[in-house]
Amino acid sequence: MTLTEKILARHARKSEVEPGENIWVDVDVLMTHDVCGPGTIGIFKQHFGKDAKVWDREKVVIIPDHYIFTADEKAHRNVDILRDFAKEQRLPYYYDVGGEKYKGVCHIALPEEGHTRPGEVLFGTDSHTCTAGAFGEFATGIGNTDAGFILGTGKLWVKVPPTMRFVFKGKLPPYLMAKDLILWVIGDIGVDGAVYRAMEFAGEGVQSLNIEERMTLCNMVIEAGGKNGVIEPDEVTVRFVKGKTKKPFEVVKNDPGARYHSERVYDCSELEPVVAKPHSPDNRALVREVEGTKLDRTYIGSCTGGKITDFIAAAKILKGRKVKVDTFVVPATTEVARHLDEEKIAGETLRQIFLKAGANLGDASCAACLGGPKDTFGRLNEALVCISSTNRNFPGRMGSREAQVYLASPYTVAASAVEGKITDPRKFLA
Amino acid sequence: MKKIIKGKCYVVGDDIDTDQIIPAEYLTYNPAIPEERKMFGRFAMRGLQEKSRGLPQGGIPFVKEEAEKSEYRILVAGRNFGCGSSREHASICLRESGIEACVAEFYSRIFFRNSVNGGYLIPFETEERLLEQVKTGDELEIDVEHHQIKDVSTGKTFRLKPIGEALPIIEAGDIFKYAKMKGMA
Repeated sequence: MTLTEKILARHARKSEVEPGENIWVDVDVLMTHDVCGPGTIGIFKQHFGKDAKVWDREKVVIIPDHYIFTADEKAHRNVDILRDFAKEQRLPYYYDVGGEKYKGVCHIALPEEGHTRPGEVLFGTDSHTCTAGAFGEFATGIGNTDAGFILGTGKLWVKVPPTMRFVFKGKLPPYLMAKDLILWVIGDIGVDGAVYRAMEFAGEGVQSLNIEERMTLCNMVIEAGGKNGVIEPDEVTVRFVKGKTKKPFEVVKNDPGARYHSERVYDCSELEPVVAKPHSPDNRALVREVEGTKLDRTYIGSCTGGKITDFIAAAKILKGRKVKVDTFVVPATTEVARHLDEEKIAGETLRQIFLKAGANLGDASCAACLGGPKDTFGRLNEALVCISSTNRNFPGRMGSREAQVYLASPYTVAASAVEGKITDPRKFLA
Repeated sequence: MKKIIKGKCYVVGDDIDTDQIIPAEYLTYNPAIPEERKMFGRFAMRGLQEKSRGLPQGGIPFVKEEAEKSEYRILVAGRNFGCGSSREHASICLRESGIEACVAEFYSRIFFRNSVNGGYLIPFETEERLLEQVKTGDELEIDVEHHQIKDVSTGKTFRLKPIGEALPIIEAGDIFKYAKMKGMA
């Protein structure tokens, strides 16, 4: 069996499962946030009673992150609903807004707080829950109804997905990032290329990535329709997870005879920096094919492009330079924000580098990645052209339906910010 | 479960994602509160670009200005309908707008699950590219038992794929009723 099949079999208490089989699995962690939490809580109470208790308070994680820094009253009301529920259920893992515990983007907060562990099953009411596959677990997004069902029962039915395998040979050249790899893959297989399937990433190119870059790969499998993304755990994974939690976990690996739906092999040395053009993540072009496209704005942030690795990359290019267009920098979490003051390049902190370059720095949250309320930091409120390190560029995703969004690596976004037009980062990474 | 689903259809294209079905700015309404849940019907399909609003000609509103519900009952789409985010608001807004069934070549996994497990609407699949053969405003009739769809306006009929594994949940009503039947919850 593949790693995904093995994890699902164990959680269904079966010795074996086949792709296509429908099984009920035991859930290790359920995560929800401010956009889907209130609806999930409503469904839980409707079906299990207003005094019902969640199946296991140690296994529920609530992370408000989407609509935090806005004047929208309903957004605040939704966080109040989460807070009241966490209090009523005495949930130990609620990361409230406005205090020391506030984290920011759930997919980055989960591993920082030790909630992602190899071999486990994680469901979350957010499609990018698949990010956690980077830790060698089964992680996928669900809706309010499924989440409400889990809150009451600790179980959910899933269809076992066949696994597509993507092998990256050789190490990444210094101008490529995980975002380039995943945009290559999505460009090849399309936004529906992995519907109902698992996507596994392997090879030296993947093993040589740090944990944050591995998260970027798994984060965007949903952009190909994938059910989950996964990377076999190694020393990098185990060291990271042990540094975050004392909870025991079991590393699960592929069996030698595991059967795959398909395998694609890439040679990292043959790949180039790429973008996804408007309005779809599979609309791939080489950066040099669209070089010179005039921009109104650049954006670096989100679960997929707002981690410390992403900001170190952007700062390498922005150090000692000025941006030519409005540039928005949004750390995914408060921990990433702290790192902006700790990480230095030749004596300057990342924050100093960004401010000197003329960028606008925001507070940790999902911010303009998904548009959100009109007053959201960095939101595209009109027909602007933007290059962004985020994960989606469907029409209207970052605000206006008339806006045009290009997706790219933090290197490419930073290089483009300096020039005010789409620019190949190799120009600055000699 | 209804045996016949009948009404005017609204036609959209491929890869219609949840940001187009219900833009993120409306997600502050809480679907668990009835007055707020109703609002989703009004905002359904608000994110479509002008040319994609009601194929083939485009420019047709799914919900008329100031109206709370849509005049359409069946949504016809191409490939990968409902891709993108996991927001259940997408299935909810279609239901609140008056949609009873979707007919697409296939769906994103999460949209399909949400629609079935929440009991909001029936996501039918068809091997034919229906969006090129029916037009927005046509009167359609779905014969659920016989896996057939008829365009009453033109007389054409098309085959639907059997619903398959999701059928017991659709017949039960939603995942909670299904689990109760199975003695699980």
